[in-house]
Amino acid sequence: MGNTSSMLTQYDIEEVQQHCKHAFTQQEIASLYQRFCHLDRNNCGFIPSDEFLSIPEFAVNPLSQSLLRMLDGFNFKEFIAFLSAFSPRSTLQHKIEFIFKVYDTDCNGKVSFDDMLTVLRDLTGQYMSEHQRKEVLAQVLEEAGYTKDSFLVLSDFMKILGNSDLKMEAEVPVD
Amino acid sequence: MNSSGVLKSSSSELDLDRPNIEDYLPSGAAIQQEPRGKLRLHDLLDISPTLSEAAGAIVDDSFTRCFKSNPPEPWNWNIYLFPLWCFGVLLRYLIVFPTRVLVLTIGWIIFLSSFIPVHFLLKGHDRLRRSIERSLVEMICSFFVASWTGVVRYHGPRPSRRPKQVFVANHTSMIDFIVLEQMTAFAVIMQKHPGWVGLLQSTILESVGCIWFNRSEAKDREIVARKLREHVQGADNNPLLIFPEGTCVNNHYTVMFKKGAFELGCTVCPVAIKYNKIFVDAFWNSRKQSFTKHLLQLMTSWAVVCDVWYLEPQSLKPGETPIEFAERVRDIISTRAGLKKVPWDGYLKYSRPSPKHRERK
Repeated sequence: MGNTSSMLTQYDIEEVQQHCKHAFTQQEIASLYQRFCHLDRNNCGFIPSDEFLSIPEFAVNPLSQSLLRMLDGFNFKEFIAFLSAFSPRSTLQHKIEFIFKVYDTDCNGKVSFDDMLTVLRDLTGQYMSEHQRKEVLAQVLEEAGYTKDSFLVLSDFMKILGNSDLKMEAEVPVD
Repeated sequence: MNSSGVLKSSSSELDLDRPNIEDYLPSGAAIQQEPRGKLRLHDLLDISPTLSEAAGAIVDDSFTRCFKSNPPEPWNWNIYLFPLWCFGVLLRYLIVFPTRVLVLTIGWIIFLSSFIPVHFLLKGHDRLRRSIERSLVEMICSFFVASWTGVVRYHGPRPSRRPKQVFVANHTSMIDFIVLEQMTAFAVIMQKHPGWVGLLQSTILESVGCIWFNRSEAKDREIVARKLREHVQGADNNPLLIFPEGTCVNNHYTVMFKKGAFELGCTVCPVAIKYNKIFVDAFWNSRKQSFTKHLLQLMTSWAVVCDVWYLEPQSLKPGETPIEFAERVRDIISTRAGLKKVPWDGYLKYSRPSPKHRERK
C-alpha cells in the first residue's frame, strides 16, 4: 500500500481534527486513515455500512446492527466523528450522546420502551424470553421513577448515566 | 419472589461482559450467582463495554492482521546505502534472475524428458513407475527451491511411509508444498487453481496421488472426506499432507484448523514451517498477487530462508473431540514456529460470519 499518509495533507489532518473537536491526535488520525483506506476496498472515499460486516470481530458483536443503522455509510470525516466517542479525550457527555443515539432507533430524540427492549434483545438473545425482558425492563424503569410509556430524552440519559465513570474507549494502534 | 429471581439472573447475564460467556454458563436463565444487588436502570442502559468492543473491531481487528503483509523497514535510505541497494537490484535482476531461470529450465527439461517416457512406457510396472515418479517430483521441487536460492533447514525425523498417518502443516504460501515435497513426496489436498498451475496439478501432481477440492461447493466436503479416508487406508499411497488452515496466512499467526484432517482416525504428524523475513517475505497474499507474480518476486529476491520442524506424531486422546484435537495440534505447531493463535476461521476471508455466530455471542 505504501505510505498512505502522504495522501493526507497536513491541512486535511488539521481540518479533520477540528471536525472531531480534537478527540484524536494527528498521529491517530493518520493511523485511522490507513485503516479507512484498507476498509474502503473500492477506493472511492466512501465505505458503505455493510462493509463493516466483513470484519468478523465486528459482525459477531451483538450491537453491530444497531450501530450500522446509525449511519448510512461513511466518508473519512464521518468515520472519525463516529469513532470520536471512543477516544479517551472525548467528554462524558459526548459518550452519553453516542449511547443515546444507539438507543434512539428512529432518530426522533426520544427513547421509548420498545427502543430499550430492542437493544436488550440484541444483547441477551436467547438467554431471556421476551416476557422476561419486558418484565425486567418495566420493573427497572419503575424503580427509577419512569413508567412503561414514558419516553426518555437525552437529559434523562445524562441523569441516569452521568454519575458513573463510563469506560468507553477503543485504542488506536499508532505505529 | 419470582420476579426478583428473574432479576438476579438477568443482572448476572448483563454484568458479565466477558467474551464467550456461553462457555462458562449453562444454558437457560436459571443461574444463581452470588447476589449482585438490585439491577438499576443505569446498569441496563450502560452498553459501553459492548460498544467499545465494536469500536475496537472497527479500528483494528485480529482477523485482518493475519493477512497483512508487513513491508520490511527500508534500509536503503541514505546516500551510502542507496547505491549499494541499486547495485544489489541490478545484480539480482540481471545476473541472478536469468541464472535461476536457466537452472529452472534445465530442471524442467530433465524432469519432463524422464517423466513422460516413464509415465507411458512403464504403464504395466506400477510400483516401479511410481517410485521413479516420486523421485522425479522430489527432484523438480529441489530445482524449484534452488531457483529461489532456498535455504531450508529440516529438523526432526524425516517422514516415513506408513499407512494411517496424515501430516498437517501451517500454510503461508503455495511454496510450503514445494519445500516439503523436496524432502518427501507427499500427496496433497489442494484447491484446483486456474492457469498453468492447474495444468501442473492435473498432470504431474496426479501421479503422486493428490486430491482436489473446491472451496465454493458445499457438497464437496463429503466427497473429499471420503477420498481422504480412502487414501489414508491404502498402504501404497504417498503420505498425505493437509493444510488445515484452509488458506494462506502471513506466517505470524495461525487461524483455526479445520477438523476434517483430525477425524480420519489416524495419527497426525504436525509439521511447522517458519520463514525468515530478512531476505524475502514468503507470504502469498492471494488477493493482491497472482501466483506467477509471487514466484517472480521470489526469484528476484536474494534467498528464501525457512525452518521446517517435523514434530512428534499425535493421536486422538480418549474423550477428546476432533475439534479439541485440532486445537491441541495447532498449539503445538504455533509454539514451535513462534506464531500467535487467532480464534477465527480462515474461510471468513471469503465469506461473512453467519448470524448464528452473532447469536452465540
